[in-house]
Amino acid sequence: MLPFFFYTFAIILVISSIMVIVTKNPVHSVFFLILAFFNATGLFVLMGAEFLAMLLLVVYVGAVAVLFLFVVMMLNIDFKTLRKGMIKNAPLGIIIGGILLAEIVFSFMGMTYGVANQPGNELFLVLAEEENTRALGKVLYTNYIYLFQCAGLILLVAMIGAIVLTHRKRDNAKHQDAVKQILRHKEDAIEIKKIEIGKGIL
Amino acid sequence: MMTPISLTHYLVLASIIFTIGIFGVFLNRKNLIIILMSIELMLLAVNINFIAFSTHLNLILGQVFALFILTVAAAEAAIGLAILVVFFRSRGTIAVDDANSMKG
Amino acid sequence: MLTLLVFFPLLGSLLSGLLPSFLGKKGVLWVPTILCLVSFIFSVILLFNAIAGDSYTVILGNWINSGSLKVSWALRFDMLSAMMLFVVMLVSTLVHIYSIGYMDHDPHKARFFSYLSLFTFAMLMLVTSNNFLQLFFGWEGVGLCSYLLIGFWFKKQSANAAAIKAFLVNRVGDLGLILGIAAIYFLTGSLDYDVVFNSVSSILNFNIMVFNYTVPCIEIICFLLFIGAMGKSAQIGLHTWLADAMEGPTPVSALIHAATMVTAGVFLVSRCSPLFEYAPVALNCVILVGALTSIFAAFIAISQNDIKKIIAYSTCSQLGYMFFACGVSAYSAGMFHLVTHAFFKALLFLGAGSIIHAMSDEQDIRKMGGLARALPYTCAAMWIGSLALAGLPPFAGFFSKDIILEAAWGHHSFNGYIAFYLGLLAAFLTAFYSWKILFMVFHGKPRSDISKAHESPLYMLIPLLVLSIGAILSGWLGYAMVDTHHDFWQGAILILDNHKALVNAHHVPLLVKLSPIIVALLGILLAWLFYIKNTNLASLFSNKVMFLYSLSKNKFWFDELYELVLCKPLKAIGDFLWNKGDIGIIDKFGPDGIAYICRKVASKVKSFQSGYVYHYAFTMFFGLIALFSWQFLIFFGWV
Repeated sequence: MLPFFFYTFAIILVISSIMVIVTKNPVHSVFFLILAFFNATGLFVLMGAEFLAMLLLVVYVGAVAVLFLFVVMMLNIDFKTLRKGMIKNAPLGIIIGGILLAEIVFSFMGMTYGVANQPGNELFLVLAEEENTRALGKVLYTNYIYLFQCAGLILLVAMIGAIVLTHRKRDNAKHQDAVKQILRHKEDAIEIKKIEIGKGIL
Repeated sequence: MMTPISLTHYLVLASIIFTIGIFGVFLNRKNLIIILMSIELMLLAVNINFIAFSTHLNLILGQVFALFILTVAAAEAAIGLAILVVFFRSRGTIAVDDANSMKG
Repeated sequence: MLTLLVFFPLLGSLLSGLLPSFLGKKGVLWVPTILCLVSFIFSVILLFNAIAGDSYTVILGNWINSGSLKVSWALRFDMLSAMMLFVVMLVSTLVHIYSIGYMDHDPHKARFFSYLSLFTFAMLMLVTSNNFLQLFFGWEGVGLCSYLLIGFWFKKQSANAAAIKAFLVNRVGDLGLILGIAAIYFLTGSLDYDVVFNSVSSILNFNIMVFNYTVPCIEIICFLLFIGAMGKSAQIGLHTWLADAMEGPTPVSALIHAATMVTAGVFLVSRCSPLFEYAPVALNCVILVGALTSIFAAFIAISQNDIKKIIAYSTCSQLGYMFFACGVSAYSAGMFHLVTHAFFKALLFLGAGSIIHAMSDEQDIRKMGGLARALPYTCAAMWIGSLALAGLPPFAGFFSKDIILEAAWGHHSFNGYIAFYLGLLAAFLTAFYSWKILFMVFHGKPRSDISKAHESPLYMLIPLLVLSIGAILSGWLGYAMVDTHHDFWQGAILILDNHKALVNAHHVPLLVKLSPIIVALLGILLAWLFYIKNTNLASLFSNKVMFLYSLSKNKFWFDELYELVLCKPLKAIGDFLWNKGDIGIIDKFGPDGIAYICRKVASKVKSFQSGYVYHYAFTMFFGLIALFSWQFLIFFGWV
């Protein structure tokens, strides 16, 4: 059973990745990306990391891919001109990619991998009956607390950065400036004129 | 083909996706959005790699790291898109082909 | 104790030069002067001691002790150096006093006095040296001070150029001197006077082959030493600097270019008389050069119009006399003339300075005239100096010039007779140009506005007075120098027995004795004719002999000749080597070349920073692949 699911997910993942790059319409690109993430989720579940699988779904698909979608739709981009000249870069890319793939694959053919049960690794072992969530929780808030907080900080910085980058003042937006209001002087605002009866102010 | 699914399969898959991501960067030099998406693909491939090893070695460490990668990838996507928006505002296009004002 | 006299001027120079503010405005003038005065008093005492027979050497310390070369700092006080010391200190002190008045308006008095005293020190070192190296030290020192003093007003372009010219022409002479000193060391193994002079007889047989001729080494040595003397004493060929040296202040001209530095050459030849006596060819050379110089310089002087230049050429001419006196082995006569010449030439220069000061820095005699009433003392001083220069009795020049001409006659050789006749002609011309100055400056009708001309201050007149007394008396008193019956110089000057010129000089025919006086009077008469009786005669005559006149006026075109033959080619070679050699080769492959390569490499490397993000991404990626492949290949053992 397992191989069937694996191959399904794998093949769709690969095909949708290729389509992300190749397709003309950027919205389609984002959709194919979402499809790729979905299949990756499936693969993760197969591997026994269900918490991470769901996390992938929520964060990547729910946030990042949607963000991509927002940007693609918000900006008025002329994608036709952008696709010009794409073909002439392809051969070089294929060659380089091919070399890299070959090397990576050769590098772990016939490799022997590390041994699982080392002394001192007890905490990190994945016990067969434990859920993924619990296993992660055992480790994350104890050994890796600082890294965890760091990750939080990274997200904070990213948020601040994104706001700072894209924030712009609009000149015609009206808003109150309390400080300016308070510091106003009577002399600047009011002028008292004595007017005779029957005559106007002018 | 119906060999038991071992670590190698996952690793091959991850490397294929990684290569596709790199190929995407090569191919779509002009289009900044596609470049960002290719980067997300590369990060995905790395994630698969980590999880695969974590499963094989029976250690939770790989998944912890994959979690952090996820975090960072999200942050990076956000910032990247913010830069893209600002770039678009000032240039009117997202073609980064000709952007060489930082040349030395 | 008396040896300290050599160092007092040095002290004065250092104090005035390095601590002018400490000494104050008055101190900076008087401290060097007083120190020179003390040195002068010591030198007088030394002179009397030496006359009484007391000569000695003081060894100050070791200088070089390297292998077989041993040179020490030593001061030699014998008759020759004592006489020179006396002359140098007297003129130097008088010039210091004169400068207090002359340089009154100059803002750089401290520097001037410092240089004057430094010069005095260097001259004293030259004169009191006991070995050739110390002589050379003094020689170079006076050359340096001459440069510093000629170029004293260094903001003037012409003064700078004149100073450099003086230094360079001197250098040419110095080359000969150095070679001569080296030859002496090579042949005798020592540089001390005593050792060298005692070993002369042992090197008489050394000969070297020059172009298939066998030349005795002693001739070569003496010839080289004489070249050095030619440079310093402005003999023909190396004389071009003396006229331009008049760019310096007048006291400098009086001290350096009349009485002391230019006489260093004569001093050298006299000091090395033990060497020269054995080199007849060199002596003949000296006679000819001296005689030619005396007539050559006098000939130029008659057409000049700058008062200082006339007196400068006069100096050149008189130095020629001294040299040909030494050439006929009458060194004593040369030294005698040196002493008397110091008096009257310094007198003439200082008087000229007084005139220039009175005429507000005007130096052209064509713009002067009728100054006798306004400058009585100066007029008297100049008359006395000119009478002494012309050689009229009873003034000093009569005694010394006469003995020289008589010695030239008494040499009874072809060269001697040539020297005599040329010297006689030069005496005629000397009288002519001396009275030209006198008549054109002091007598006749004024040619320009002389209402502001005033007599000089006391500081300038006192030296004139002292020198006038000297110009009158030094002949009488110094005649003992050339008396052959008793050795005045006590062995400092060697004259071989077969060189009888000086002895014969006392027994020449009466006509020979009187001829200098006759020609001098003729010269005065001619000057009177040209410049008082009928002032048109001068221009009429010069138009008649246009070629000779222009030959004289253009100084025989020596400067132009040197410019054409030496300066231009040397400059061309220098420029060529500079452009092609220094810049073209050394700089090109050195700093410039490296800089160029750096720039080129940097601009190539710069192209990596293209600014395109995808370039950077690709570079990273390729780097990664390369590293990866390398590891890969190492892992599989293919590398």
